[in-house]
Amino acid sequence: MEKMVNIFLFGKKYEVPSNLTIMSAMEYAGYQLVRGCGCRNGFCGACATIYRIKGDRELKACLACQTTVEDNMYIATLPFFPLVKQGYDIEKISTTEAVMMQLYPEIYACVGCNACTKACTQSLNVMQYIAYAQRGDFENCAEESFDCVMCGVCSSRCPAGISHPQVAMLARRINGKYLAPGCGHLEDRVKEIKDGEFTELIEALMQKPVEELKELYNTREIEK
Amino acid sequence: MYSEFYKESLEAVAAARAENIAMEPQRMTAEQKETLLKTYHPDYREDQFSELKVGPNKGDKVPHELCAMLEAHSRITADCVDLTKPDYETDVLVIGGGGAGTSAAIEAHEAGADVMIVTKLRMGDANTMMAEGGIQAADKPNDSPAIHFVDAFGGGHFAAKRDLLAKLVCDAPEAIQWLSNLGVEFDKEADGTMVTTHGGGTSRKRMHAAKDYSGAEIMRTLRDEVLNRNIPVVDFTAAIELILDDKGNAAGAVLMNMETKELMVAKAKTVVIATGGAGRMHYQGFPTSNHYGATADGLVLGYRAGAKLLYAETLQYHPTGAAHPEQIFGALVTEKVRSLGAKLVNRDGKVFMHPLETRDVTAASIIRECSDRENGIETGNGKAVWLDTPMIEAIGGEGTIEKRIPAMMRMYMAYGIDIRKEPILVYPTLHYQNGGLDINVNGMTTNIDNLFVAGEAVGGIHGKNRLMGNSLLDIIVFGRNAGINAAKTAKDVEVGALTLDHIAKFEAELADAGVETDAVSPKLLPNYTKQKNI
Repeated sequence: MEKMVNIFLFGKKYEVPSNLTIMSAMEYAGYQLVRGCGCRNGFCGACATIYRIKGDRELKACLACQTTVEDNMYIATLPFFPLVKQGYDIEKISTTEAVMMQLYPEIYACVGCNACTKACTQSLNVMQYIAYAQRGDFENCAEESFDCVMCGVCSSRCPAGISHPQVAMLARRINGKYLAPGCGHLEDRVKEIKDGEFTELIEALMQKPVEELKELYNTREIEK
Repeated sequence: MYSEFYKESLEAVAAARAENIAMEPQRMTAEQKETLLKTYHPDYREDQFSELKVGPNKGDKVPHELCAMLEAHSRITADCVDLTKPDYETDVLVIGGGGAGTSAAIEAHEAGADVMIVTKLRMGDANTMMAEGGIQAADKPNDSPAIHFVDAFGGGHFAAKRDLLAKLVCDAPEAIQWLSNLGVEFDKEADGTMVTTHGGGTSRKRMHAAKDYSGAEIMRTLRDEVLNRNIPVVDFTAAIELILDDKGNAAGAVLMNMETKELMVAKAKTVVIATGGAGRMHYQGFPTSNHYGATADGLVLGYRAGAKLLYAETLQYHPTGAAHPEQIFGALVTEKVRSLGAKLVNRDGKVFMHPLETRDVTAASIIRECSDRENGIETGNGKAVWLDTPMIEAIGGEGTIEKRIPAMMRMYMAYGIDIRKEPILVYPTLHYQNGGLDINVNGMTTNIDNLFVAGEAVGGIHGKNRLMGNSLLDIIVFGRNAGINAAKTAKDVEVGALTLDHIAKFEAELADAGVETDAVSPKLLPNYTKQKNI
């Protein structure tokens, strides 16, 4: 017999096996999920969830697909949070802190409460990456925020109304496009292909009998 | 945290580790691989397939679960909607908001077309988001598109449509450049050189990655770009039936709001199916690494309207799905773990194969180890083998795991398993739909005009097995391609009178073939509720 625990889905009590994730527990209880369920593997941020264990002061946040239920867990899912996403043209954007002042000025109203970091479902140092963004240090902002799944829990806890995931998204795109070193071998290869340097080779492969291709494949040299 | 039960086996693995790191396991010969696949790969289990009785692929075999959806009733009849009053009108209608759909939308928009995306969940809810290991492109000096072609053609058992594969490999470097220019952060050396590794079956190190969030990094960037361009996205809305015009060309889709069930009509000059894979069909009862919405919808939509399928009988079982703990049963353990040096070992700590054979061969080999050879470890959910992750730290130095595969580390840490110190238990999981709708090199289906397909819903690009890193590549190359060509084609399209006649026609075919079923399709979402809902 499986061990059972009591959980409270939006306040209503259900008895579920103790080894389930919050997401599976909701399904066990009978919910056919449409909202609040995405990749089920911790990458998409669809299943942001807040919970409190009865008797505990602390309000916790997690991804429902990555968290095992506990006895007396009070659960509310946060399938959508109204983040502010500013539009911009990546081709024409400034790469200094001016862009943050223009698009996300509220980050300068950060009061340093660190509620975002405490709430992060990925255990990221959210307040720190916002600090990097304030200074226009997009490289560090990008690195520090890299594992963000954009679930939005940080923003739900922010007294300054910051949309942290969107700030980080902007920083990563600026870093990826403009600040990271360019790649010479990539540019060379794109040009070689455009110049038709491989056309003949590929054409030859297109025409070869399967037996010859099998031979080629089975005897090919594999880089160590 | 491993229980006492695993102690003996864990000790055997640890004791053999130094020796296992040093050894270079033999690769299998072509004959050995063939015998192994025929004996152990799920694609060869004949009792798991049924013959299609209707439609363009009548007589072909597909998995039972797919057959049931292809031969199911439509969710609607033609009189459920008024086709003369479309709710949406656009040049290009993209069905699906994953990597292929968003790439197509961005390129169609770039080409000046009116484009809209409909997606049954949120934009970005897609297998793309979950792709961890990387994306292939032959952009290093010791590599070439021709070598990439041979690797992929052989890995796919010489069954790929050659013109599609040629396009895939030749457009690969430009795809990386396009992503890079959009701001995708690839792993690079200080001088800008791409950090690249092997995948199973590659002969050159051409796997580009963004840590082990490669797909997520690509997906969130594409999503951001779609939003920046103000491309309309109708989310939580599924396409449940294609609409044709009186010339038999694709001309839109019937849409259903996933929450309110409201039906709507979208009229378009061209349609792009980019609905993704099928892991949530759980073929042969396998767990899956796929997204919640991976239910082969595009294959069903296309097939009912008359489009042909290619290789729908071939599925990819990723060799390393998580087998323990049960909370993550079936979740993907990226192939990059093996690219970085971890080997597969059995109960006794013995390396039983080269870790970088192709996925189908590796999966079959693990199944053999756990069945006939009886060298698996019992997990409570069946047998499994070890993937010896601590080898990575020993080979690449301390900190390699945290730097290169942080998502894996996080996933296991949540259950008290530190993959830097302890190995993990793995078993094959349903991962990828090799087959799909048959297209030509322009991305259009071979028998319905103005109907384009991109991404995992396409069949034939990879043949009968796909190499790691060629799927992220394919969604970009063929997503962009579909968008460009759908926009171009739309310029000259005069849409005729809209019709849903194909629904009744298909129903008649089902009746003639004696197919009796209560099922409706597309499936849209799996049902995991334990209670019987009314």
